[in-house]
Amino acid sequence: MITFAEPREVKVALEDVKYLADDRIAQVVFLAERLGKPVLIEGPAGVGKTELAKALAAVHDRRLIRLQCYEGLDESKALYEWNYKKQLLRIQADQGSDWSRLEEDIFSEDYLLTRPLLEAITTEEPVVLLIDEIDRVEVETEALLLEVLSEFQVSIPELGTMRAVSQPLVLLTSNNTRELSEALKRRCLFLHIGYPTVEREKQILLARVEGVTEHLAEQVARIVRSVRSFDLKKAPSVSESIDWANTLIALGIAEIEAADVTDTLHVLLKYQTDIERVAKELEI
Amino acid sequence: MLLDVLTGFIQELRSAGVPVSMVEAIDATEALRYTDLADRVAFKSTLGATLIKNVRHLEAFETAFEVYFAHHRPEPEIGDGNGSPRKSEAAPGEGGRPGAGGDRDLDELIEALFQALLSEDLASIRALVRRAVDDYAGIEPGRPVGGTYYLYRTLRRLGVDGLLERLLESEDGHGRSDLEERLVREEFEERIEQLREEIRDEIRRRLVADRGREAVAKTLRKPLLEDVDLMHAARADLAQLEQVINPLTRKLAARLAHKRRLRRAGRLDFRRTMRRSLATGGVPIEPQFRAPHPIKPEIFLLCDISGSMATFARFTLQFMYAMSSQFSKVRSFAFIDALDEITSFLDVGTDFPQALDRISTEAEVIWIDGHSDYGRSLDQFWARFGGHLTRRSTVIITGDARNNYRDVNSSIVPQLVDVSRAVYWLNPEPEAYWDTGDSVMNAYAKHCTGAYEVRNLRQLEAFVEQIALPPVGRVSRPVPHEPGPGRFWQR
Repeated sequence: MITFAEPREVKVALEDVKYLADDRIAQVVFLAERLGKPVLIEGPAGVGKTELAKALAAVHDRRLIRLQCYEGLDESKALYEWNYKKQLLRIQADQGSDWSRLEEDIFSEDYLLTRPLLEAITTEEPVVLLIDEIDRVEVETEALLLEVLSEFQVSIPELGTMRAVSQPLVLLTSNNTRELSEALKRRCLFLHIGYPTVEREKQILLARVEGVTEHLAEQVARIVRSVRSFDLKKAPSVSESIDWANTLIALGIAEIEAADVTDTLHVLLKYQTDIERVAKELEI
Repeated sequence: MLLDVLTGFIQELRSAGVPVSMVEAIDATEALRYTDLADRVAFKSTLGATLIKNVRHLEAFETAFEVYFAHHRPEPEIGDGNGSPRKSEAAPGEGGRPGAGGDRDLDELIEALFQALLSEDLASIRALVRRAVDDYAGIEPGRPVGGTYYLYRTLRRLGVDGLLERLLESEDGHGRSDLEERLVREEFEERIEQLREEIRDEIRRRLVADRGREAVAKTLRKPLLEDVDLMHAARADLAQLEQVINPLTRKLAARLAHKRRLRRAGRLDFRRTMRRSLATGGVPIEPQFRAPHPIKPEIFLLCDISGSMATFARFTLQFMYAMSSQFSKVRSFAFIDALDEITSFLDVGTDFPQALDRISTEAEVIWIDGHSDYGRSLDQFWARFGGHLTRRSTVIITGDARNNYRDVNSSIVPQLVDVSRAVYWLNPEPEAYWDTGDSVMNAYAKHCTGAYEVRNLRQLEAFVEQIALPPVGRVSRPVPHEPGPGRFWQR
């Protein structure tokens, strides 16, 4: 586990694993590690929110535990569950023995199934915990997270409180489809990641796309920036510009002409109306 | 010292409507211990990460930050700007008297600015901006203004639009493709925009130095997006409002779905309960309920789209269509002094701006002169579509009820109320203005199920939530699909 002395080191370390952070991202990550606080990352889809968690896991050489949120996610999927089949077997095997002893036995850690949140704080090695798309769970479920996020502990009625053996680095992502609760936000540092500048996008492309020339990367970044300025249903994100650059290379295009753009627009844009609009604008 | 400024800053955020809790303020102070205070980006990121937890509050944060923590650039830089080789001959003679700069001086400044923009030399741009503001903004100490006036004054003297054209011409344009041409233009436009920002910042700094932080912050304070007046919104605000409509409706839809689920007053499903009970030896441990069928209202939306009401109608339409999953059907009508159905223009998947263009050109909403005539439009609606209204229909009328002194025809409204579930009137004017001048609001409002002042997104959201999810337990209106004596009695 590396401890960073200043944000610049974070930036350099992330660069080594091909994640190009800007100064703001580096600063917030640095603070999160110093203050031991979770980071709530918001921003459009495909700007590298999840990628940041993966990169941080790689930097620290930690395991990444990921909790993908969805509507209907509950305690037994997020925190822990009793392995009741095993408990039943145990009861059957021990028929006739003293109940109070048996009870003590079957509600012990041997019969506990750990789910991502509990696992993240009970492993010996510190991990990176990614709670992905937190805005998909209901407000009530959000409350499950509060204890883990602020105290790094989980209370299990039958067992007592399980405290963190190691403190995980926690990242939450949200696509901002609903307002998160105040309580949750208060416990987190907030990081909004938007679309990168042309220069940074170019660097990202150079780092991420195999065999891209500097010229092509710059052209892609500039055109994508221009496309983003249209009024679109879904503006192209960094992940789309990476896909696009890959497509162009596969097609053997080294210099982008307007016709190439219209031919490959479907890689960049996901809605037919968007494609039509951009094609029309570019074909002047 | 820093702590004082910080508390002032947090106070300002709160005054601007950004909720900053005590814990967050403490977090910020704690986080600053690990922050290199000399690094502006780091400092700003730290405050942003700890104090702001909502994207919609970022703009208020930016403004407050610029006022409270303006750059303190060392003064001698101005000297550097003058000392650069390009101007060294002219500078000693005239540079000493700010404000007295003649045309020659101005030309020279513009030329230097042009060169700096071309080479993207930020340091020179800043130095030149300082000179420009010194000489041409004409800032008068003590005047309580936000600085927009000074900004335009400076921009006009510098002839910024001319700068853009020159930049475009300067690059060798031969053999450039249309695509490249377009990209270059956009990039230069962005540089000009940056220049504008620099000038704005510089003016703001002068104002802060002159009148103090609190005073300037107060003049610059803007309402949060939810509170922007829809009728009088500036164009920049409108664009932003449109961007928040979709996330906002999604949030609202999620909230409604959730509330509907909670409100599962479904009746006992006897068959399934018995079937389940077999597993427990015939004891009905878990009663099963029928899934509740939420009643989704059918919406008839009547929008006044005359000049003054157009923006508001546009937002209401956009909002209702974004919410259309919450209603069984949305039919919309536009009127000025005649009424026409516009539902077909707004089919699912159509592009909203395009649809609006078609409505304004193709829909037949003008009869004589294009001044709102509510009486006639309502009469037309009743005659042509009154038969389509049922107990499931909710009629929503939007407009300011300024009838240009024409026939009010208010007797239509009780007839509408009679055959539909409810009739609501949304008026984008403050309630205090109702019934002033040619407004005949109350003549209609007194017959409506409800009349609301809806001036901003927040109020619009609250209204839609209410109609999509009528409160339970009230029997003032009968439940549509449950025929019974109550229904006739109610009528």
